[in-house]
Amino acid sequence: MKPLILSASTLTTCLGRGLDNTLEALHAQESGLVPCHFETVDLATHVGQVAGLDEVVIDDTLSIYDCRNHRLAFLGLLQDGFIEAVQAAARRHGADRIGVFIGTSTSGILETELAYRHRDPTTGALPASFNYPTTHSPFSVAEFVRKLLKLSGPVSTASAACASSAKVFASAQRMIEAGLIDAAVVGGVDSLCLTTLYGFNSLELIAKGPCRPFDALRDGISIGEGAAFALLESISGPTHNDAILLLGVGESSDAHHMSSPRPDGLGARMAMEAALHAGNATPDRVGYINFHGTATPSNDAAEGNAVASLFGSKTPGSSSKGATGHTLGAAGAIEAIIATMSIRHKFIPAGVNTSVVDPAIAVDYVIENRPANVDLALSNSFGFGGTNCSLLFGHAVGTR
Amino acid sequence: MLAATIEGIGLLGPGLNGWTEGRQVLMGDIAHASSATEFPVATSLPPSERRRASRATKLVLAVGLEASAAAGLDASSLATVFASSGGDGYNCHEICQMLASNDRQLSPTRFHNSVHNAPAGYWSIASGSMAPSSVICAHDASFGAGLLEAMSQVTTTGERCLLIAYDTDYPQPIRVVRPVPDAFGIALVLNRRVAGSGNRALATIELQLTHSASESLGDPSLENLRRAIPAARGLPILEAITGEAPRTVVIDYLDDIALSITVTP
Repeated sequence: MKPLILSASTLTTCLGRGLDNTLEALHAQESGLVPCHFETVDLATHVGQVAGLDEVVIDDTLSIYDCRNHRLAFLGLLQDGFIEAVQAAARRHGADRIGVFIGTSTSGILETELAYRHRDPTTGALPASFNYPTTHSPFSVAEFVRKLLKLSGPVSTASAACASSAKVFASAQRMIEAGLIDAAVVGGVDSLCLTTLYGFNSLELIAKGPCRPFDALRDGISIGEGAAFALLESISGPTHNDAILLLGVGESSDAHHMSSPRPDGLGARMAMEAALHAGNATPDRVGYINFHGTATPSNDAAEGNAVASLFGSKTPGSSSKGATGHTLGAAGAIEAIIATMSIRHKFIPAGVNTSVVDPAIAVDYVIENRPANVDLALSNSFGFGGTNCSLLFGHAVGTR
Repeated sequence: MLAATIEGIGLLGPGLNGWTEGRQVLMGDIAHASSATEFPVATSLPPSERRRASRATKLVLAVGLEASAAAGLDASSLATVFASSGGDGYNCHEICQMLASNDRQLSPTRFHNSVHNAPAGYWSIASGSMAPSSVICAHDASFGAGLLEAMSQVTTTGERCLLIAYDTDYPQPIRVVRPVPDAFGIALVLNRRVAGSGNRALATIELQLTHSASESLGDPSLENLRRAIPAARGLPILEAITGEAPRTVVIDYLDDIALSITVTP
């Protein structure tokens, strides 16, 4: 595929707002997971909650979009000069030549959950203040981002569970290569809600304490929330040596089960192979793999099998979920950006909370930060429904 | 401009039972009866899953299998794009009702069926397809968003892509805020347009973004359907396919962009 330049990026999770705070937390090997006191949730679990969302104010003109999820989107967009970078790109390409593709699993479903608590006792009607199209509807987050950024190109939401915001990179790449647009804002936004907390609890996939990806004693996920965005542009002319490129995308389906992966990891392996193939890369050039690494026993085992079968046991990797929690539909974009940080800042970020790596998984799971010149970094995202997506990033200089 | 050929069509909705019959309705040979959508039995799913399959899953399987069979293709060979407005309203209603009650213990099946890509997951299991699948939603713009995604895939990968645009109805009280009245789906097997490939195709389509106003359907009953269900915004393309001569139709997409589609049957 034709590589794209990642001309701006930003992320906000329980680790902090923006790239610098995130880098500091990664360097310090911090976890942002805390005991869950979200809303009225009565589950004994940890969550990765973003602080300060109650204080975020969405401007009057877009106030119909106001809800926790879209506040998180707004807070995320405000970091790292991202809005200014998009505006500059709009001046270069035209606002109608920039697409917006956002991944989410639950969008603003919390609004609907709350509305159902306040139904009219006689008629059963939802409260008049409830605005489904601008809060809960999965499209509303992409529409909100497009309006806020004053863009006028194609727009859609990808909602493929926990692979959602990895797959938006693939959609953007294809639309740019097809010539429909010149650039795209891609990203992921997902926020805490009762559906996912009680839902994963019903599947007995929630960890009791902070989640421990790839640990021998891992016992499930910790749910997090977050927002991450990237500006992808077609490459015209020479690029800076330190520019980061999206070099490959790979996708597959498991055709196996709705909520558990193929034990052999074949679907995951196919997605990784496709990403390497798209980027004309061989496995030995990959210096860091950001694992999907949810910390459920079956997910990590299957991903470990897939990685070991393709890369052997020497390629260093880690999961970000011990630090951020599983941010579900936002995880793909968040972890893609963490993968690019490993290239830019020359280190392997440790998987935190993991003390004894599962000896049954034959990969180099890194639990202490390691300096490294990462040529290429791969980020994996796998979701319910058996949907898989891998993204390959690299330095412009390394690819010449 | 994006271009593709259409090699197979699937159609299911109120008064539209498959492409063979639906084609005659769109040509005006049979009057459109606005009866409720009738779902065929999802025989491609294992019996245990078949009983529990949602309306959305049954709809997706019906139109997707109709289109791939019409194209003479094995469904397991096709990359897919699923486009729908907002997921399974009945399942969402049950979850929100439980979460508002004193007993928040959801059923595991209900939860994993709540993901927007659940029908895509069941499609992959039923067809055995390990090919990539994209799951797009864009509220009322979902058909157009799905078509753009599928046509850009065909253009860049050179491989066939099965677009399945579908919506299902919402129960009360969500129906008030999302008044989608019934289930409707269109499936299109799209292929790259290459010289000499026309024999196999039902039509060629060329797509451009436009600011022109979208067109209505002449038949009032079909026009009601087009306006009521997002996936039915694609009906003018199917109507143009039933004609003899090339025709350009403008279909709804976003508030500020429509899609101009030149259909050459």
